[in-house]
Amino acid sequence: MARIIVVTSGKGGVGKTTSSAAIGLGLALKGHKVVLIDFDIGLRNLDLIMGCERRVVYDFVNVINGEATLNQALIKDKRVSSLSILPASQTRDKDALNKENVGKVLEDLGKLYDFIICDSPAGIEAGAMMALYYADEAIITTNPEVSSVRDSDRIIGMLASRSRRAELGLEPIKEHLLLTRYSPKRVAEGEMLSVEDVEDILSIPLLGVIPESQAVLKASNAGEPVILDTESDAGQAYQDVIDRLLGETIDFRFLVAEKKGIFSRMFGG
Amino acid sequence: MALLDYFLRKKEKQVTTASRAKERLQIIVAHERNSRNKQPDYLPQLTADILVVLRKYIQVSDESFSIKLDNKDGDLNVLELNIELHDEQSPS
Repeated sequence: MARIIVVTSGKGGVGKTTSSAAIGLGLALKGHKVVLIDFDIGLRNLDLIMGCERRVVYDFVNVINGEATLNQALIKDKRVSSLSILPASQTRDKDALNKENVGKVLEDLGKLYDFIICDSPAGIEAGAMMALYYADEAIITTNPEVSSVRDSDRIIGMLASRSRRAELGLEPIKEHLLLTRYSPKRVAEGEMLSVEDVEDILSIPLLGVIPESQAVLKASNAGEPVILDTESDAGQAYQDVIDRLLGETIDFRFLVAEKKGIFSRMFGG
Repeated sequence: MALLDYFLRKKEKQVTTASRAKERLQIIVAHERNSRNKQPDYLPQLTADILVVLRKYIQVSDESFSIKLDNKDGDLNVLELNIELHDEQSPS
């Protein structure tokens, strides 16, 4: 059975789509069959981050309305054949999605894929609720910053009350904390909430810490998910996230600022 | 003097903005979690009143009675009342 994972946050701009793209591609690179779904109806962006924006012909809403088949709408990734993308619609037809028709699409996709990654829109409106409704697991993307942490807590509440698993009284959604845009230097200076602070407040298990990195903007400029940048700290941190999702125990990296002492500066160490 | 200031500043461990952020978040998050799970104030009294009325007619133990206010789909509130009736109980 496919693992349905929602990438969510409440707050916008914290790195949901960046993370969805990196995690989807990373899992596919490990040989898994993965489909990435953009739930942000009206504000499609996953295609751009994945670098397949010019190949979009049909979208999620077309499939829901029966105007296209799943096969017609799914875009096969050019880099990894086991990865497909289901783009969101650009029309403002926000009411197109409902529990029944989304459930049907997910059921069909579940027969073809090992992982279904749902990239949630920001907010707590219908679109975000739809993205999390069928989830087995949730990656709660959070910045070490007050408004993001507060919104994440609200979303955690929604996962526990508004999901299918909650409604049917099944085993609750497995929650993962993904801390993004983390700056160890600022944490050391007392200017930023630390990993431990955020874990204390949200009390959900930590999946990964992605350091603030110039590689992320470069990756989105190029339409190449940052996980492909294996030299970068962010790319490596996402790689660790993949290994943890696949059940491995990996030490957390990039949690302390690199100390550039006078010697390392002199000798380039 | 600047040098002295530097060392003095290092010594006194002032409250960082990060620790203020954590403190504020812990308070607001705890508050919001409470109100998420909170039942309305009238519920305990309502429960007691309903039990009094029920017990005029039937025997109801505390265990066989439950009352719950549920929020369905965000805007619909449902008051759910569960009363277990046992065979041996007859109306008095």
